[in-house]
Amino acid sequence: MSKAHILKAIQHNKPEPRPLPDIPGFESSSMDIVQAFGSTSAQNGTRVVNAADFADLESALRTLFPDKGKIASTLPDLTSEVNLQNSAPDALVDVDIAVIGGQVGVAENGAVWVTEADCVHRVLPFIAQHLVLVLPEDRIVRNMHEAYAQIKIDDTGFGVFIAGPSKTADIEQSLVIGAQGARSLTIILT
Amino acid sequence: MKEHATKAAAFIKDEARTDWHDESLWFVRSKRDKAAHDIPEWEQLRELASQIKDHTLSHLDEYLEAFEAKAKENGVTVHWAADAAEHNRIVHSILQEHNARRIVKSKSMLTEECGLNEYLEEQDIEVIDTDLGERIIQLKEEPPSHIVMPAIHLKKEEVGELFHQKLQTKKGATDPQYLTEAARQHLRQSFLQADAAITGVNFAIAETGGVVVCTNEGNADMGTHLAPLQIHCMGIEKILPKAEHLGVFTRLLARSATGQPSTIFTSHHHKAKEGGAMHIVIVDNGRTTQLGRPDFRNSLKCIRCGACMNTCPIYRRSGGHSYDSTVPGPIGSILTPGIDLKKYSGLPFASTLCGSCSDVCPVKIDIHEQLYKWRQIIAEEGHLPAAKKQSMIMAGKVLSRPGWYKAAGKSARWVTRWLPRPLIYNSLNTWGKARELPKAPKESFQEWYRKNRSAS
Repeated sequence: MSKAHILKAIQHNKPEPRPLPDIPGFESSSMDIVQAFGSTSAQNGTRVVNAADFADLESALRTLFPDKGKIASTLPDLTSEVNLQNSAPDALVDVDIAVIGGQVGVAENGAVWVTEADCVHRVLPFIAQHLVLVLPEDRIVRNMHEAYAQIKIDDTGFGVFIAGPSKTADIEQSLVIGAQGARSLTIILT
Repeated sequence: MKEHATKAAAFIKDEARTDWHDESLWFVRSKRDKAAHDIPEWEQLRELASQIKDHTLSHLDEYLEAFEAKAKENGVTVHWAADAAEHNRIVHSILQEHNARRIVKSKSMLTEECGLNEYLEEQDIEVIDTDLGERIIQLKEEPPSHIVMPAIHLKKEEVGELFHQKLQTKKGATDPQYLTEAARQHLRQSFLQADAAITGVNFAIAETGGVVVCTNEGNADMGTHLAPLQIHCMGIEKILPKAEHLGVFTRLLARSATGQPSTIFTSHHHKAKEGGAMHIVIVDNGRTTQLGRPDFRNSLKCIRCGACMNTCPIYRRSGGHSYDSTVPGPIGSILTPGIDLKKYSGLPFASTLCGSCSDVCPVKIDIHEQLYKWRQIIAEEGHLPAAKKQSMIMAGKVLSRPGWYKAAGKSARWVTRWLPRPLIYNSLNTWGKARELPKAPKESFQEWYRKNRSAS
């Protein structure tokens, strides 16, 4: 009922057809995209480290999180202390550190593309107290145009760009890290 | 409705607070400038965004149908609502179908516009707003005063006292870190118990049938991924043709809103989670009418970043509540008269027409020009308050008669030079309320010109 009504009103009221512009490539001068990714990430409150500085992922986590805590890992080379396949999403509320693989990093804003295929549970990167994303350095692109060209947003039912720890400035514009999602974001570049 | 000016007058009575409000928003505007200047192609992006929206609005029916077809293919249920009442009924019926009584909601100006919370609460359904700012004003039983920073009008002492009463925080505690942590613990419980999550929509993609929701707190994601049922409510104008267009809009949105290079979470929802259900409600509520107004249809390009509010000299010094409209500030002042011209006839006058709003708008809406156009319509349709109407008629007469104009100028120059202060600075002269009138020159420009140039 309302659908037909709304569509009819649009047909009656819409303007003359306007062209859809092409989006140019925005070629910029030589930019060290890995370095740019690091500095924008730092501005967002993200910690970026190099996997090469550690013996392996496990020792990286031991060093980065001395207090450790319960780890939920979706990566084959890091043992998960939580059986993700057999857990209900709300059982993940006591996960301290979630370790997830990221697909694409964006230099201009420090965002990393993660899909539900990477997370097992969609809520994992949000509900864990701390989030670690493991990202291959050669998967970093310059800007969001390149990022959207690399991914297919409907490849899975859910995908998200994560650009830092959960934050808010809703009380007097004071920045507080750790609103409803993860309190910290660490990106390990491989 | 009280005039904006009346409510603003009440707001500015507290001068220190007005200054604080003004500075808080200017701080955000400054961050926006810095973020925009970091992008060499910023102006090109604004132009592209504007053109993409132009194109989409001119094919809106086709894109909405394509969007629905694709969403259905993805297993999503799509609903259409002509107005606020139908939107609320639809959401309620989905909730009933799923036996949902406890709802978590992330920020959505559309559900605010439709009065969804009040409607659901009347049906005995609990709605918890989960954005920190929104939770604060929900507990305080106030409407939002800004579309991005709903509690920007409140001081931390007020939030501290509120949380002490409602969330049992320590008496006198005002540290934002401590208060945010208390809200985090409280909201985590709500997320875990929720039967359904409702979100607004930043962008909907016709090509893929998915919706994009942007937050900094991660609250929309905590809600949608934990509750078995997710409902996304969107206005018809949220559509973009393809995923590639998100590249343009995600670059503009957060930089314009808060000066961040990106919102922390940009979530793309296409299908329900395993065992869950996903619904999308597409709402008109006056938008198709606005589409039919050539002078005002550009307002439908708005991506709700709030930049026009942060820069507006009137908004910054009068507060969002003085507009009495879900969307306040410059953009609200061109959107709401289209819904109820009589009720909101004062809003297009809550502007200096300085044009700063149009300058910062990421989709290049000609906001100040539309404010001016609304003023003309309001005058033509007879909605001007009597005092304003009379002075406009008088001004019109004076300005169209050179003789009258000269005489008026002469007497104004004489009056401001020679009359004693109390006769000039009194309640009849609103221009002299908080400012000194300029010292009038002895002669007019015309007199000066005649003396100095005509003779030579």
